Amino acid sequence: MSGLLEIRDASKSFGGVQAVTRVSLEAQKGEILSVIGPNGAGKTTVLNMISGFYHPDSGRISLEGRDVTELAPSRIAELGVARTFQNIALFRGMTVLDNLMLGRHVHMKTGVLSACAYWGLAQKEEVVHRRRVEDIIDFLRIQDLRRRPTGSLPYGLQKRVELGRALALDPKVLLLDEPMGGCNHEEKEDMARFILDVNEEWGVTVILIEHDMGVVMDISDRVAVLDMGQKIAEGTPDEVRANPRVIKAYLGETKAVPSTGGSRV
Amino acid sequence: MIYREAGQFKTSYASDQAIFPIAQDRAVVLLALAAAFVGPPLLASEYWLQAILIPLLIYSLAAIGLNLLTGYAGQLSLGTGGFMAVGAYAAFKLTTAFPQVSIVLVFLLSGLVAAGVGLVFGIPSLRIKGFYLAVATLASQFFLVWLFNKVAWFSNYASSGTITAPDRAVLGVTVTGPSATASARYLTALALVTVFALVAKNLVRGRVGRSWMAIRDRDIAAEIIGVRPLRTKLLAFGISSFYCGVAGAELVFLYLGSAETQAFDIGLSFLILFMVIIGGRGSILGSVLGAVFIVLVPIFLTNAPHALGLRLPVALQKQIELMVFGGLIVFFLIVEPRGLARLWQITKEKLRLWPFPH
Ligand SMILES: Nc1ncnc2c1ncn2[C@@H]1O[C@H](COP(=O)(O)OP(=O)(O)O)[C@@H](O)[C@H]1O
Ligand SMILES: [Mg+2]
Repeated sequence: MSGLLEIRDASKSFGGVQAVTRVSLEAQKGEILSVIGPNGAGKTTVLNMISGFYHPDSGRISLEGRDVTELAPSRIAELGVARTFQNIALFRGMTVLDNLMLGRHVHMKTGVLSACAYWGLAQKEEVVHRRRVEDIIDFLRIQDLRRRPTGSLPYGLQKRVELGRALALDPKVLLLDEPMGGCNHEEKEDMARFILDVNEEWGVTVILIEHDMGVVMDISDRVAVLDMGQKIAEGTPDEVRANPRVIKAYLGETKAVPSTGGSRV
Repeated sequence: MIYREAGQFKTSYASDQAIFPIAQDRAVVLLALAAAFVGPPLLASEYWLQAILIPLLIYSLAAIGLNLLTGYAGQLSLGTGGFMAVGAYAAFKLTTAFPQVSIVLVFLLSGLVAAGVGLVFGIPSLRIKGFYLAVATLASQFFLVWLFNKVAWFSNYASSGTITAPDRAVLGVTVTGPSATASARYLTALALVTVFALVAKNLVRGRVGRSWMAIRDRDIAAEIIGVRPLRTKLLAFGISSFYCGVAGAELVFLYLGSAETQAFDIGLSFLILFMVIIGGRGSILGSVLGAVFIVLVPIFLTNAPHALGLRLPVALQKQIELMVFGGLIVFFLIVEPRGLARLWQITKEKLRLWPFPH
């Protein structure tokens, strides 16, 4: 077992709020690791620490054995970590195509001078990366949307395009923050399918935050549970479902952990 | 049907990503360029070349430069006049120190000097945004103009502090200085703005331009896909200042002939910013359209009362001009905040469907 991404005893507080307390997580290469927990449990904060928006107050994050704790977000991206946001952060004025081409940014090397001249190196590079982007457009079945400004798309499609932009980076690790939040049943099924395909066919390691227990239990290899900033359980979906602390945490909020079905917790 | 896209299928990604993917657009642009190179030198009066067309081209170049920074990269700058002054004084110092160096090369080097200065003054952009950044660039505007005023070395210790363009030739034709014809100066300005508009277009349709727009639209998302904010913003400041620097050098060498620092005061910064806003943020064509608007409308307003047979006192006429001009700017911003470039695009879409609108 090789831990592709390791978080060791990471803590983060904002002013007086202790958002995350000594959380350790390890994503194995090629797995889908889900992080669940009630609202305010600290899930998004964990993703923000991985992608470099926040640096932990204490603890350590490493990617392929390399310490990345203090790196800036753009450096983390260059190392192969892509993500989507809970509230969608697309470039709304730009087209779907441009958003996806931006996902290729870290792989493009054209310098300013060859960009000024364009014909030649820059153009060749544009075409190469356009091909990759077209693959993703086909994969996500958004061929009709290429020239549409992303701000004009319905919510579910925006989520899909944001996934596309993350995929365009050809990530080793894909961080998804509630990719199905606000989506209808059909959109959720599509999204779950995409995540599985990306994981199985392209070998991308996925860390997934999701509230839909049905989906989580269906597609995850392992599940970690956060509550009030602490990790209270970790294991296979079945182990986690049976864990008394998890049941208590969820009962304490609103409902029991459903075994199947799509209820939001 | 003037615009006919039907039947023009893109056979490769390269042609899909061309500057003007539609053949009619390409033809129109090439024709317009040819007309611009041939027409005015043959037909236009000295007055038209000197008082209208030459400044129009120079302002266009500066507006393209500012548009790269403000329209594409989203960094509001009021330092344009200052960066243009850097270009002008650099060109003056360079060409008086090295008279044998080609004036075109001098213009380019002056642009590079301005780019260097722009990089330095762009550093605060990592920390501050929007209006606060505008205030910081305003400081650079005042500092640079003050510097050129204060340090006599910049004007070669001329008693009046004035810099004057000497006679310089390109390929045997004098293009700057007192003995250069208006046609020669016009063609030089046109050649430069053509080349640099093309370069700007190339920049904004590739990796560099996309990273600028990403920073502008959503800097957090830009970082998450690997766009480095400082590097990207500084590049915008550098390249934008290069354009402004070349335009500043042209302003003295091809248009004014001689100038003091007042030529580069805050009014110039605002003038160029108006061109960008009216023409359309994030559009190269818009930069040129904005310059056309700002240069031509006042001239039209000056002549309109006379043409209508009205005889107004000069002072009153001047006031009315300013009021109408200001009113027009506000009107345009309300009708189409995305500027003339957007209006042009809408017109084209109408033409595309004409005569079968549905
Ligand atoms: N930037 C921030 N500033 C202040 N408090 C924050 C910030 N980000 C998160 N928090 C707080 O940290 C806690 C965990 O939030 P979050 O990680 O968003 O939870 P989750 O994603 O599990 O719903 C919450 O109490 C939240 O209010
Ligand atoms: Mg969250």
